[in-house]
Amino acid sequence: MKKWKNVWRILPIFLLLLLLTGCGETNLTALDPKGPQSQWIFDNMLLSLYVMAFVTIVVFAIYFIILAKFRRAPGDDEIPKQVEGNHKLEILWTVIPILLLAILAVPTITGTFLLADTEPEGDHTVEVKVTGHQFWWQFDYEDEGFTAGQDLYIPVGEKVLFELHASDVVHSFWVPALGGKVDTVPGITNHMWLEADEPGVYKGKCAELCGPAHALMDFKVIAVERDEYDAWVASMQEEPQEPTEVVAQQGREVFEENGCIGCHAIGGTGTAAGPALTNFGEREVVAGYLDFTDENIEAWIRDPQSLKQGNNMPAYPQLSDEEMTSLVEYLKSLTVLE
Amino acid sequence: MSTTTKSKSVLWDWLTTVDHKKIGVMYLIAGTLFFVKAGVMALFMRIQLMYPEMNFLSGQTFNEFITMHGTIMLFLAATPLLFAFMNFIVPLQIGARDVAFPFVNALGFWIFFFGGFLLSLSWFFGGGPDAGWTAYVPLSSRDYAGLGLDFYVLGLQVSGIGTLVSAINFLVTIVNMRAPGMTMMRLPLFVWTTFISSTLILFAFTPLAAGLALLMLDRLFEAQYFITDMGGNVVLWQHIFWIFGHPEVYILVLPAFGIISEVIPAFSRKRLFGYTAMVFATMLIAFLGFMVWAHHMFTVGMGPIANSIFAIATMTIAVPTGIKVFNWLFTMWGGKITFNTAMLFASSFVPTFVLGGVTGVMLAMAPVDHLYHDTYFVVAHFHYIIVGGIVLALFAGVFYWYPKMFGHKLNEGLGKLFFWVFFIGFHLTFFVQHLLGLMGMPRRVYTFLGDQGLDTFNFISTIGTFFMSAAIIILVINVIYSAFKGERVGADPWDARTLEWATAHPLPEYNFAQTPQVRSLDPLFYEKIHGDGKMKPAEPLQDIHMPNGSILPFIMSVGLFISGFGFIMFNMENPILPPIVVAVGGLAITFICMIVRSVKEDHGYHIPVEEIKAKEVN
Repeated sequence: MKKWKNVWRILPIFLLLLLLTGCGETNLTALDPKGPQSQWIFDNMLLSLYVMAFVTIVVFAIYFIILAKFRRAPGDDEIPKQVEGNHKLEILWTVIPILLLAILAVPTITGTFLLADTEPEGDHTVEVKVTGHQFWWQFDYEDEGFTAGQDLYIPVGEKVLFELHASDVVHSFWVPALGGKVDTVPGITNHMWLEADEPGVYKGKCAELCGPAHALMDFKVIAVERDEYDAWVASMQEEPQEPTEVVAQQGREVFEENGCIGCHAIGGTGTAAGPALTNFGEREVVAGYLDFTDENIEAWIRDPQSLKQGNNMPAYPQLSDEEMTSLVEYLKSLTVLE
Repeated sequence: MSTTTKSKSVLWDWLTTVDHKKIGVMYLIAGTLFFVKAGVMALFMRIQLMYPEMNFLSGQTFNEFITMHGTIMLFLAATPLLFAFMNFIVPLQIGARDVAFPFVNALGFWIFFFGGFLLSLSWFFGGGPDAGWTAYVPLSSRDYAGLGLDFYVLGLQVSGIGTLVSAINFLVTIVNMRAPGMTMMRLPLFVWTTFISSTLILFAFTPLAAGLALLMLDRLFEAQYFITDMGGNVVLWQHIFWIFGHPEVYILVLPAFGIISEVIPAFSRKRLFGYTAMVFATMLIAFLGFMVWAHHMFTVGMGPIANSIFAIATMTIAVPTGIKVFNWLFTMWGGKITFNTAMLFASSFVPTFVLGGVTGVMLAMAPVDHLYHDTYFVVAHFHYIIVGGIVLALFAGVFYWYPKMFGHKLNEGLGKLFFWVFFIGFHLTFFVQHLLGLMGMPRRVYTFLGDQGLDTFNFISTIGTFFMSAAIIILVINVIYSAFKGERVGADPWDARTLEWATAHPLPEYNFAQTPQVRSLDPLFYEKIHGDGKMKPAEPLQDIHMPNGSILPFIMSVGLFISGFGFIMFNMENPILPPIVVAVGGLAITFICMIVRSVKEDHGYHIPVEEIKAKEVN
């Protein structure tokens, strides 16, 4: 008997250990929080986990005692005492859960208001307008007057406020290591905030089913120190630099001849039907998830549907190899950081 | 005035039957077919997620599979499988000859069946629906979803009518058809949960029908209820859907609780601990279940006040649920427990369901839900409730009531093997999904990238699915094997406690030759202790009046099916017939049948006393 009980006391502790070791990839998993919001969420998740582990242990303990103790022996035809109920016990297991829930109710209410607190404060608050598209993210730095696609730069140690929009269907904006998710809903403006404790590249995801390529609607949050952030903002505001190399200059002609500018803005020119390419050359990934290589950029331009089913970009199989090489060179030259 | 309908073929007999037992069996078969179909889809989806960046299913196909898996499992598998037991067992447990409206009962089955058939046809017309079983607009609007979603809307609309009329039938039956002495507070828990679940259907399926109608108008006739450009509201759909969708969980899980509350006392040889508390806890869960729909929408931007209210309301459900869990435990406590297959399922349900329940409370903490929402943590949670709760209870019910339904037991050895393979597979599949969610894996993703730390647990999860699939194959083998070699048993093989085991064997079409007099909770057990082990009759032996079978329910359902298809044709390119003709024509068939039913007099038939005596002697 005692052996059984001990096993079931130890098991939940092992589970907690498993959680506390923070399995999963750093800068993605919510089990290794990297900001005050995700830290708060993680702490309160643990609180609820402890309370619920207590409940689970009680139930499992009773259950395993029953398994061990009350089996009917073969041939035993005795009829056990027919117990109608027990008011004291029933009151006990009504009151205790109410108390346990009261413990959880307090952080639930305070936390709900904490997460909803998106009033701008101080001079250094950055505000970004996020728009979810099938299947990419648009980041408008409206006060600074420029637009970025896919890569969201934020300053470390500052509360960044987000205004969330959707252009087509419902998406959900989520950076697990930094905080909770909030949906982007057509016709509705939502608000949220995030803050990163340390510099790094945090992985972001779309969490609401939004079409065939929903799984690939990833983005990056790049947290940098304040001065680095200011420098980035300043260079994003400038007109893009002329490509210096000949190949890249030819690539720009290919870009213009094929009407790419009709969807992809570079600097202040062009529309925002597709991701802005102002700082394309600094991306870590192509199309949100592919390694940033020449081959992948080319594959994307030749046949975007095969890489991200259902996206809105037309295919350009007609480009010659020469044109493609120069186009890729041009795209890689689109950088703002030194 | 006698039984002369025996000459017709077997097929005709089943198509026209209004007998609640045969309808129960038909629900069981139809539900099982849909269960297997949706299960195979789940297997395919897990294979796709076995390794990162697999190319087994495309994103589009995967989305069609998740949508159909969820829709079928909830509407066309879990619901009818529970209806199978409700139909077969509830009239027996309350000592009735049939349900209140046998004709409507048959109608309910056929409408459900043809609604499901209509939904399944989507595969032959350009792919299944692909917007998830929740069909959130705008993804489910005409701009983003194809013809498959029209099948979703009309298939569910038709099948929902079937569910609704069946629920009304159960309500009337339980209120009106109880044997003398069977007071409401002596009803077996399965009857109570059927009653409360039917009430939920009444109030939850009506908003669903309204929501589906609005979505249909948007999709087929360019209305703008859910399109923001024209002043519609996207979140409106989510509210309507979850006002149905959250109670739906309780519609399914309450009867599952009922099955557990029957099986545990029977094999513990004890009466249910805290019966009254169980009844009121069930009512409370049902009531609260209606009040908390918006906890599915914490991240949609309702604001902190609404989120707080719905969070706290959701948490309170844990209290009555906890009462039930401890009552089950203390029913077993001090008992003499027989661990056969039915009891293995029923008893393992309790801790498994608790694991799903505690994550439910965790999810109810609105600010922390911003982490869990739309991740594999949620997938794990609701599969612990639906598979660990409802499906385990269904299997307990299958093994428990199989002898009453088919006259022989299922093989115990194969049954226990089935239990262990399924149980291990289930936990293997879904436990690690909690961790996947916390590690940043969103739900409804057709693939995941390598080197994100998600590989191992996804692989384990898929292996678990293989176990569950193997278990279902073992169950099928068991059913076939037992049909030939199964232990033939009498009327009361488990030495059980409730009225269904007091009927003659084999079960006659009229259930009870004489309506029994009920003297206590667990009436059969009471007679075993205080009487001669047989129910006292409450009426003299006399001719029994029975309803005639009818083909009208079948034809009416075909009419609704044709009409539903007609509405879908509005969105088809080059329909063969004008859609309006088909849509109205189908409805006309149904209405003509209704008129025929109203005008034609059908008094049923009587079974004479001599025939009853001859049967009862056997």
